[in-house]
Amino acid sequence: MLNHYETVFILTPVLSDVQMKEAVEKYKAILTENGAIITNEENWGLRKLQYPIQKKTSGFYSLLQFDAEPTVIATLETQFRRDERVLRFLSFRLDKYAFEYAEKRKNVKSKEVKEN
Amino acid sequence: MAVNNGDIRYLTPPSVDIKKKKYCRFKKSGIKYIDYKDPEFLKKFLNEQGKILPRRLTGTSLKFQRKVAQAVKRARHIALLPYVTDMMK
Repeated sequence: MLNHYETVFILTPVLSDVQMKEAVEKYKAILTENGAIITNEENWGLRKLQYPIQKKTSGFYSLLQFDAEPTVIATLETQFRRDERVLRFLSFRLDKYAFEYAEKRKNVKSKEVKEN
Repeated sequence: MAVNNGDIRYLTPPSVDIKKKKYCRFKKSGIKYIDYKDPEFLKKFLNEQGKILPRRLTGTSLKFQRKVAQAVKRARHIALLPYVTDMMK
């Protein structure tokens, strides 16, 4: 049984652009290795945090949406915990309304990309 | 000299508060999912200190109040909203 999931994680601002992309790729690889299908990926870039985390006031935000088995989340989260580059992460299952919203968001975004 | 010293008296006391019926904005506009990724929208449901406003002030229905609370808490966790603050607005 595949569920829809969404994960947001914050990477430390000390990374360079290349390192940051590498870290994101690493998590995408972990997901695909465990049989997950990545449906959407967003990079929000460097954003200011509303409160300091590990004495840092900003971070790279990235969002991943994927379809996966429930067990994948545990492996993903242990990887997040082991990684010092990750300040925060949040992953949860999308319910049907959230999924509809996510689909809509994805479509709007892809349209914007085409127009540009 | 029985001049009334500017004391205005009404036969019926003027109604100061014309009660506007509160409504649930999610039910009215048909929003089914509240996005935690949009802190500007969620700020409508917070006071200056960043606390979640009660239903009796915002008029949100119970079903959506729970969803608002969840969205706010998610946004706080990933530092899109502060846990405690002053003068947010």
